[in-house]
Amino acid sequence: MISLRGITRQFTLGDEIVRALDGVDLDIAAGEYISVMGPSGSGKSTLLNMIGLLDTPDAGSYTLAGTETVGLPEEARARLRAVRIGFVFQAYHLIPRLTARENIELPMVLAGMAPQERRRRCDDILQRLNLVERAGHLPQQLSGGQRQRVAIGRAVVMKPEILLADEPTGNLDSRSGREVMALLEELNASGITLLMVTHDTVLGARARRQIVFGDGRIVSDTLAAPA
Amino acid sequence: MSNQAGIRWGDSVLFALVVLRRYRFRTGMMLLAMTLAVGSVIAFTALGEGARGFVRNEFASMGTNLLVAMPGRKETTGGGGPPPATGTAARDITLADVKALRERLRGADIISPLMAGKIEVSANSRARDVMILGTDAGYFTVRNLQVLNGEILPAIDLELAQPVCVIGSKVRDELFGNQQAVGEWLRMGDRRFRIIGVLAGKADASGFDLSDGVLVPVASTQMLFNRQGLFRVIVQPRPHYNLDKLRDEMLAAFRELHQGEEDVTVVKPDSMLQTFDQIFGALTLAVGAIAAISLLVAGVLVMNLTWISVSQRTKEIGLLKALGASHTQVRRLFLLESVLLCAAGAVCGVLVGELLVLLGRLLWPTVPFAAPAWAVVFSVLVALFSGLLFAWLPASRAARQQPVDALAGRTT
Repeated sequence: MISLRGITRQFTLGDEIVRALDGVDLDIAAGEYISVMGPSGSGKSTLLNMIGLLDTPDAGSYTLAGTETVGLPEEARARLRAVRIGFVFQAYHLIPRLTARENIELPMVLAGMAPQERRRRCDDILQRLNLVERAGHLPQQLSGGQRQRVAIGRAVVMKPEILLADEPTGNLDSRSGREVMALLEELNASGITLLMVTHDTVLGARARRQIVFGDGRIVSDTLAAPA
Repeated sequence: MSNQAGIRWGDSVLFALVVLRRYRFRTGMMLLAMTLAVGSVIAFTALGEGARGFVRNEFASMGTNLLVAMPGRKETTGGGGPPPATGTAARDITLADVKALRERLRGADIISPLMAGKIEVSANSRARDVMILGTDAGYFTVRNLQVLNGEILPAIDLELAQPVCVIGSKVRDELFGNQQAVGEWLRMGDRRFRIIGVLAGKADASGFDLSDGVLVPVASTQMLFNRQGLFRVIVQPRPHYNLDKLRDEMLAAFRELHQGEEDVTVVKPDSMLQTFDQIFGALTLAVGAIAAISLLVAGVLVMNLTWISVSQRTKEIGLLKALGASHTQVRRLFLLESVLLCAAGAVCGVLVGELLVLLGRLLWPTVPFAAPAWAVVFSVLVALFSGLLFAWLPASRAARQQPVDALAGRTT
C-alpha cells in the first residue's frame, strides 16, 4: 500500500546540511503494525511526516495506494491526507475552543460531510472511546488520557487506511498510556495500518514489525513472532 | 469515501463564529473600528446632504422656472453664479424696455418690472421704515402671492402711477393693530396711497420678507424715489417654453433696445440653485471622503488583528492541514472571520449613523439630514471589501504554513 523509494530529506542548520532521511526504501502492506524507534534526530519523525504527506521529499518516490505523491499539487495531497491518513500527536493538538465532539467532528466538517452522517459517526466513535458523557467537554476539562482518546477518535473518524502515531503516550502516565495503546492496537486489529514512532523500546517491542532508525537510514527492520 | 466538496459554507461560518466568540477582545476592537468608520461616513454625508437640502429649499422659495434680468454686465453670463452686487450699469432698464419686451418675447407668459427702496410710511400717527416694492399685477402670479383681504395691485398700464398699495401683514399689525386697514390711506414721503389689500402670511420673495413691505405700482415707485431705472425684470415663461431659448431671445431684445450694447444680465435662479447644489454635492463628497479615511484605518486594524490571530493559531493551522484542509480552505476560514466581523461592524455602523441622523433631525428640524443611499451602499461595500483585502495577506500566510512547522509552533 505504501512504497518509499530512495526518499531523501535534508535540512540546513547554519552551515551544516543534515540528512534527516537519506535514501530510505520502505514498503508497508495494509493492516501492518509497525513501530519506528531510534534516537532523537535519527529521522523517525521526518519519516512519519513524509508518509503522512505533511512533508515533501527532496528526492525519491512515494507511492500511496497506487498514487505517486511526489509532485502532486497541494490540494490533491490535502485530499489524500483527509481520507487516507489519520494522525495522532504526542501533544494531542485538540482545538481548545471546541468540545470533544466538535474536535472529533472537525475532519468531517473539513471534508464537507453531511451533518446527519457526521452525528452518526461521532456517536459511534464516542461510544467506542467510552467518552459519551464527556462529549460536551472542552479539552481543558479532560484528562490527558481522555484528550488522547479524543485525538484518536478524530484520527479515525474518516476511516483512513493508515494511522500515524508520533509518541502517542509520551505525555501520559503509564495507566493512561496502556489504555491508549490498547485502543490503538484494537484499531489495528480491526484492519487499520498502524505506524507508531516512539523511543520507548518496551512499547516498540509490542509491534509485529520493528524498524530501528539511525542517521536517516533504516538500521534494522525485523518481524517479531506474534506475542 | 471521498467528498470533493470541501467544507460547507454553513460550517465555515459556524467555525468562524466560534473563533470570534473565543477572541472577544479582538472581535470587539474590530467591530468598534468598523462601526465608527461606517457610522461616520453615514453621519458626515448626511450632514452634507442636510446642508444641500437646506440651501435648495431656500432657493426654491425664490421661485423656480423664472428668468431675472438686471442692469449691468456680468462677464460669465453662461453658468449662473451670483448676480452683480450693485447695478452700476451704463444704461438703466426702463419701463419702455419692459413694454417692448412684452411685445417681442412670445415665449414669455408674464414680464414684471421690479423697483425697490426704503421709505418711511405712516398712518394713524404711527410711522415705520419699510421696504417698498414697485411692480405690477403679474408679480403676484409669479411669486404666488395671496391677499388676506382686499385685492392685489390692479392690472393697469405700467406708466400709470395710481396711488394704491398692498401692505404686508406685519406692516398692517404695526400700523393698524386689529383695525381694518383696507380702504385706509398710507402716507409715503409726500404722497398718500390707498390700501387696497393685505398680503397673506410670511410672503417670502427673493430673500425679502414681504410681510414687512409695501407693494405699489411701479410708476408710483418711480415718482416716490424720483428714479427711472428698474431694479429687476422678472420673466415667467409660457408652459413648456425652453428657458435657455427665452433667455437668448431676451438678451437679443435688450441688445437691440440698447443700441447693440450688452449691458443687461439675465440669470436663471434655477441654474444658480444648480450651482449651489453642485457645490454642496461636492462638499458632501469631500466630507464623505474624509470620513472614509476611517474606513481605511479600520482596514489596517483588520490586517493587524488578523496577523496576530494567524500567529496565535499557528498550531491550529498545522492541525487543520494535517486533517486534510487545503491552502484554499485555510485561507477561506481566516477571510471569513474577517468578512463576518466587518459585515457585523458595517451593520452596527449603519444603525449608529442613522441614529445620529435621526437625532440631528430632531435637534434641527429645518435641516433635512439624510444619508444618501450611495454613501450607505459605498461604506458597507468598502467595509466588506476591506475585510477581504486587508485580511488577504495574513490569511494567505496562514494558508502557506508548512504543516510540519506549524504543528511544532514554528511560523514559516
